[in-house]
Amino acid sequence: MEQKVAIKIDDLTVAYNYKPVLWDIDLEIPEGVLMAIVGPNGAGKSTLIKSILGILNPIAGSVSIYDKPYKKQRQLVAYVPQKGSVDWDFPTTALDVVMMGTYGSLGWIKRPGQKQKKAALEALEKVGMLPFKNRQISQLSGGQQQRIFLARALVQNASIYFMDEPFQGVDATTEIAIINILKELRKAGKTVIVVHHDLQTVPEYFDWVTFLNVKKIATGPVKDIFNDDNLTKTYGINYKVSIQE
Amino acid sequence: MDLKEYFSLVFNDYTLRTITLGTAILGAVTGMLGSFAVLRKQSLLGDAISHAALPGIAIAFLITGTKDTNILLLGALVSGLIGTFWIRGIVKKTHLKSDTALGLILSLFFGFGMLLLTFIQKQPNANQAGLDKYLFGQAATLVESDVWLMAIVTGLCVFVLLLFWKEFKILLFDADYTKTLGFNTKTIDVLITSFIVLAIVLGLQTVGVVLMSAMLLAPAAAARQWTNSLSKMVFLAAIFGAFSGVFGTAVSATQNNLSTGPVIVLVASVFVVFSFIFSPSRGLLFKQIRFIKNRRDLELHKTLAFMHQIAETHQDISHPHTVKILNNFQGYTKGTLKKLVDKGFVKIQSNMWSLTEQGYKTAANLYNQQTDSNE
Repeated sequence: MEQKVAIKIDDLTVAYNYKPVLWDIDLEIPEGVLMAIVGPNGAGKSTLIKSILGILNPIAGSVSIYDKPYKKQRQLVAYVPQKGSVDWDFPTTALDVVMMGTYGSLGWIKRPGQKQKKAALEALEKVGMLPFKNRQISQLSGGQQQRIFLARALVQNASIYFMDEPFQGVDATTEIAIINILKELRKAGKTVIVVHHDLQTVPEYFDWVTFLNVKKIATGPVKDIFNDDNLTKTYGINYKVSIQE
Repeated sequence: MDLKEYFSLVFNDYTLRTITLGTAILGAVTGMLGSFAVLRKQSLLGDAISHAALPGIAIAFLITGTKDTNILLLGALVSGLIGTFWIRGIVKKTHLKSDTALGLILSLFFGFGMLLLTFIQKQPNANQAGLDKYLFGQAATLVESDVWLMAIVTGLCVFVLLLFWKEFKILLFDADYTKTLGFNTKTIDVLITSFIVLAIVLGLQTVGVVLMSAMLLAPAAAARQWTNSLSKMVFLAAIFGAFSGVFGTAVSATQNNLSTGPVIVLVASVFVVFSFIFSPSRGLLFKQIRFIKNRRDLELHKTLAFMHQIAETHQDISHPHTVKILNNFQGYTKGTLKKLVDKGFVKIQSNMWSLTEQGYKTAANLYNQQTDSNE
């Protein structure tokens, strides 16, 4: 099966104060996969996503989305940051946060209108948060906040979704709700890339995986490369996990 | 002069009217912009900017030799901007955290400014007196043209806020995400910061270098207590700021030797204290009241739940039982029993109680209801 390449990364190197965080990463991500990025703390998982999205400036390397530089393809890409990256006491409502997903397509100055509101409400419905639309965001639980972030990305109606630890600190119900939405996205032909920590659930949730520890260790279909050998190479200790085929 | 006299004079007396208008406008614009500083957790930025403006005033005087307010404030603006962007540079290029950078620039610029002021005062020149008024401000020196300048800057600020409202809001909430949407976050950031610098510099004449940051923070901190909407917060902060200006001026006008700037800051602080205590959703008072009410409700629920437990064992739920089997341990007091009767959950006949139909139902759904109201 010949798959189109959604994201192509060449020689990407990122450093904070001379210390390399990502070293010479080459990576091709085919269209339509649900991919986990796994690796130990400090392996550069979030950094990889942030460099692809232009939040961080790499020292070297290039990123292309469907054969064009990322800057020209922004509207194809949506991002779900780590939940802890913002101040949830900010004076705004759930609906308002989800509406922010429409700002990119609106561009400068133009205000969101009825059309944008409708899209935001639909996204809230999809993540099961419609009853909370007028809730002040600090009064949402951690799982609900994560769903709001997911809804904000869904509103962008992108082809490629980047998510930074969407399962961090959420309960089982939310985790299942989120993974179902991710699987739906894949079914619709979208590419979803997730920074993931729970190795146990990788085979169950994802069909593609990238092992990362400053350097790229391996990338490919979960059923081919998610094995003890690669886990040991990535985490540095003999990492025994049971792989459910 | 008492307050009544002040308010009757304010519309006729030129000086009073000018000062009152000036401080009101200043309070409004700093309140608005202060909301952004507070929400960006850059509360100290205002302090650094105002202190960084001092050498600019001194240098402007040394170069031109005049004490024209506009020229001195232009100097303040330039050095304030230099200080601000220096802070940004330090944070970006070094390991230093922003509080360290703020502190460094604040003391460096303020120290240099004080040095220049002392130097100027030693000069054999009659013209130099009065520059030190920029330390604590002197509202009495406001003239009509100063107020016009403030009004124009405020108008411009409101216009820019309305125009870029969406961009400001999203940058404040989630800067990284804003970047991925294709907005140039640096442009938005520079725009906000420049306006903050401008508002602070405009306030130096009235409130002074040392106290200026309070004008930025106090109205915004007070406003945050009353609302969970950004637009309402900015609006309220402007109102609080303006009122602080008017009341501060009024109070200082009624007494001799009360300098206006500090009084305005004190009035603004009163707004803060009042808001921290009396805000319905975030205030300390209502938090305490809610806490006490919850505890009482819990006692009531405990008693009701215990009664339900007993009533359940009988065919007839209204079967009477003696009051004596209830005790403190189940949250029972005469007061709770009376409350249950008032609510129609329980009937009392001599020394016997019995659950009503309604009371039984409520008791059975006690904890279900709680989860419902949570969701």
